[in-house]
Order: sequence, then C-alpha cells, then structure tokens
Amino acid sequence: MGLVFLGAFLLTFAWIVLTYNSLTALSHQLQNAWKQIDVQLKRRYDLIPNLVETVKGVMKYEQETLAKVIEARSRAMASSGVKESAEAQNALSQSLGKIFVLMENYPELKANQNVLQLQEELTTTENQLAFARQYYNDVATRFNLKQEIFPANMIAAFFRFQRSELFSASESEKAVPRVNLGAAA
Amino acid sequence: MNVNSAAQGDRAVMPFAPSLDFVERQRHNQRASAALVLGFILFFLIVGLTVDFVYTGAFRAGGPPVPVATIISLAFATVMTITAYGSGGKLILASVGAEAPDIKNPQHRELHNIVTEMALASGCPMPKVYIVYDPAANAFATGRDEKSAAICVTTGLLVLLDREETQGVVAHEMARIRNNDTLLSMLVSILLGGIALLADWAQRSFLGSRIERKSGGVSAFVLIPALLLIAVAPLISRLLAMAVSRQREFLADATAVEFTRNPLGLAKALEKIRDAGMPFQKATRGIAHLFIISPFRRRLDQREGRLADLLSTHPPIDRRIALLYRMAGVTPVSASATQGTAFHGILKGEFGVLRQAQDERNANSND
Repeated sequence: MGLVFLGAFLLTFAWIVLTYNSLTALSHQLQNAWKQIDVQLKRRYDLIPNLVETVKGVMKYEQETLAKVIEARSRAMASSGVKESAEAQNALSQSLGKIFVLMENYPELKANQNVLQLQEELTTTENQLAFARQYYNDVATRFNLKQEIFPANMIAAFFRFQRSELFSASESEKAVPRVNLGAAA
Repeated sequence: MNVNSAAQGDRAVMPFAPSLDFVERQRHNQRASAALVLGFILFFLIVGLTVDFVYTGAFRAGGPPVPVATIISLAFATVMTITAYGSGGKLILASVGAEAPDIKNPQHRELHNIVTEMALASGCPMPKVYIVYDPAANAFATGRDEKSAAICVTTGLLVLLDREETQGVVAHEMARIRNNDTLLSMLVSILLGGIALLADWAQRSFLGSRIERKSGGVSAFVLIPALLLIAVAPLISRLLAMAVSRQREFLADATAVEFTRNPLGLAKALEKIRDAGMPFQKATRGIAHLFIISPFRRRLDQREGRLADLLSTHPPIDRRIALLYRMAGVTPVSASATQGTAFHGILKGEFGVLRQAQDERNANSND
C-alpha cells in the first residue's frame, strides 16, 4: 500500500517539475523574442536618416512627406510606455510605406545603386520587425494557452506566471496608405 | 505589415493558429531517422555474419577466433553512419557544387535578408546560405538539426522569382529544417544512396560476362556481400521512396504558410518553377527528394495513385498549388486554367481587381 502512494507521489512530483520547466522555458523564449523586436527597431532608427538624405535631392516634390518621416522617427525614439511606443512605431511604418510608394514615381531612383540597397535594407528591416512580432505572438499564444489549460493552470497560478500581451495591428495600420500627390508642395 | 514591394496594400488577415504540434513532427522524424540508422547497421551486420558463417568459418570449431568479416562490416557501417550524421550536409552541398554567396551581389544579399526573415519567423537560428550557379530554378535544405542547417538556392531561382515568391520558397525550406525533415532526408540520401551505389557497383562487377575465380578465395570474401547487395538493391529503391513519403511536401508547404502567413507567395513561386520546366542536371537519384520541386521533371511526378506514390519523390505540383490557393481563399477561374502561364495572368488580374476594390472601399471610407 505504501509503495502505491509513494509511486503516485513521485509521478505527481515529476509532472509538477515538467510543467513548471516547460512554462519557464516558454517564458524565456518570450523574452528572447521581445529582444529580437528591439534589435529590429534600432536598426530601423539607424537606416531611416540615410534613406532620407539619399533620396532628398531627387524627390523634390516630396519634401513634406520626407520631413514627416523624420518627425515620426524622432517621436518613436522618444516614446515610452507600451501603448504609446506601439502607436509611434506604427505611425513610422506607415510613413515609410508612403515613401516607398512615392519612390515608384521616380525612375532615376531605380537606377541608383545606393538607393536600391537602402530600400532593400529598409524592406528587410520592416519584414524582420513584422516576423519578430509574429513570432513573439506565436510564443505568447502558446505560453498563455499553457497557463490556461487544465491541469497545468494550477501550476501556473501557484508559481504566479503572468499572461503576456500580444501585438495587434492598430486600425490605422490596417488601412491602405492613401497617397495624395495633388496635395504635396 | 510584410513589405515585399513598394506598393503594398493591406493583406487579408488569415486566421492561422500557431501550430502547437511541431514538436510531435520533430520527434516523428527523429524516430524515423533512428530506425533508419538501426536498419542500416543491421543490414551490414547480417552481411558480415553471412560471410563469416559461410566462408571464414569464424563461428565453427576450427575457424579463426575473431569474426573478421563481421567486424569489418560493422566498422564500415559505423564509419558511414558517423560520416553521414557529422558531415552529411557538407557532402551533399559539395556534390551539387554549392558556393558561398557573393556579398557584392545585391540578389545574393536579398536572399540572405530573406533567409534572416524566415529564421525570425520560425524561431530557428540563422542557417548557412549557399548558392549554386545553375539556370534551373530549384532550392533545397540540409543539415542534421537547426544549429547546423544550410539552405541552398540556384541562381536560376533568384532570377525567376520576385521577393515575395523567394520568401515562400525559403519559408518552405525553413519549415523542413524546423521539422527535422532535413535530418531524415540527409540520412536517407547518404545511407540508402550509399547502399544503392554499392549495389550498382556489385551488379556491374559480378554479373558481367567475366566472372573470374581467382585462387586464394579472395573473390568469395567479396562475392557474398556483393550477391547480397544485388539481391537487396530493388528493395532499397522502394525503401527510399517510402522513407521520403510525398506527404512531407504538403506538410512543409503548410508550415511555410504558417511562417509567412501568405499562401500566394509560395503558390506563385511553384507555378513559375513548374512553368520554367528546366531539370537540374547536377541532381542524382539519391538527393532528388531534398529539392522543393523534383529536379528531374518526369511526367510521373504529376500523377497520383499508388504506383506514383511508390516511385515518385514529390507530390503533383498542381495539387500543391491548388491547396495553397484554397488556403488563401482564392478559387482559380476554371479547372483547366490551373495549367500554364495563362492562369497566372488571369489570377493576377483577378487578384489585382480584388485589391483595387479594397483600395476603393478604404478610400471611400476615409473621405
């Protein structure tokens, strides 16, 4: 009889340890994913002034849009707090998108190797940012799910694991950037 | 916002749930790999034992104390397995003439960026990137695990596909890396391929018109394993096809879409590669299953059914493309329109119309 209890106790203990460890592993994966996003954001900050300087001479009619990009960048760098910086980052992505669309109208830019290189760098940075966020969301979903399903939710509650928030696209980001060439000075 | 061209509209948000069971897929492939290695060593053990029983008499009273043939055979099998596991990837890459990308070439840099993006999306470490200078568009991945993985792309593919489509192809290769599919494929290539090569050699050496019986019994020492290899050879081809079931490709496609959240990129890429139709000359039967589309372009690959399942390494391309389009919720214009570039043109127009309609709706709502 005593052996049965001992066996049950050991099995339960093993299950507790395994569940706690997998929750911890997911938590670390999540932190790592968050850092990836940070790395991409910093890359973007560094690349944008280069792009603006390079295309300023050619894109004579888009000075206003270019100025807006620099402004959005400064605001994003200065923002703090999760909600505020998320919005500032989205605004920056949007203005960058506008510049890319406008660049299609200047064929001489396409012949410029520097411009093409910068465009590719910024494109890949935007993509890497998007995929880093996507991966973060995937891990966060797995982490949250693991904390909610029974019986692992008891372990999660006991050791005080926190649910994590997901990135979501703001309404403004979902809209197609509407370019009004008539209004540019 | 996934940017692949300057004029990027919004994309329909696909309700993809992150797959929670890729761990199961990894374990399945790891178990299959272990079974393959075990079978391989067992085969050589049997060959060695047979030689010892029949010829050297090692297990009989008057024979040598040590079963020489068995030991040689086992040693050979072990060395081959260790080589396959340790340097299998490098061997395969060397056999197709893969080279490191040229950092001054913008296309190669773009490829490197795309691989970085997919590594982020999949949560894997960054694999090594290789280029093969060949006009045939194709790509493959190899490596025993995520940390020692490599993706190889031909220059033909870089020229043929745009950024979105290359991203789809790279996502497919990344999916195979993450699911540990590359480990199984690599081992199948080298181990089973190695046996197939030996069997070919045995067939040519011993079934020819000249069978010399040398004195001293050296020929028998080699003859027995040779005969065993010849007997087993047709089974090996069957095993090769079975071990690399066509289902793998569907799974890799689905996982790729999970990474990019964009089924159309991969669908368009497969269409373009199919229409280009160029076979990849440097591929051998042993590595054909590694590629995203069969490098041989046989008509057999387009068919379905049990015979094709047994002999073909890839599922029919049209089926893969149709499944991807269904994932995107876009139906082709007509059944026959899935063939040829006409479909590509029609769909481009149709999708363009869809996007335009959405733009107009957004514009109207903003005003």
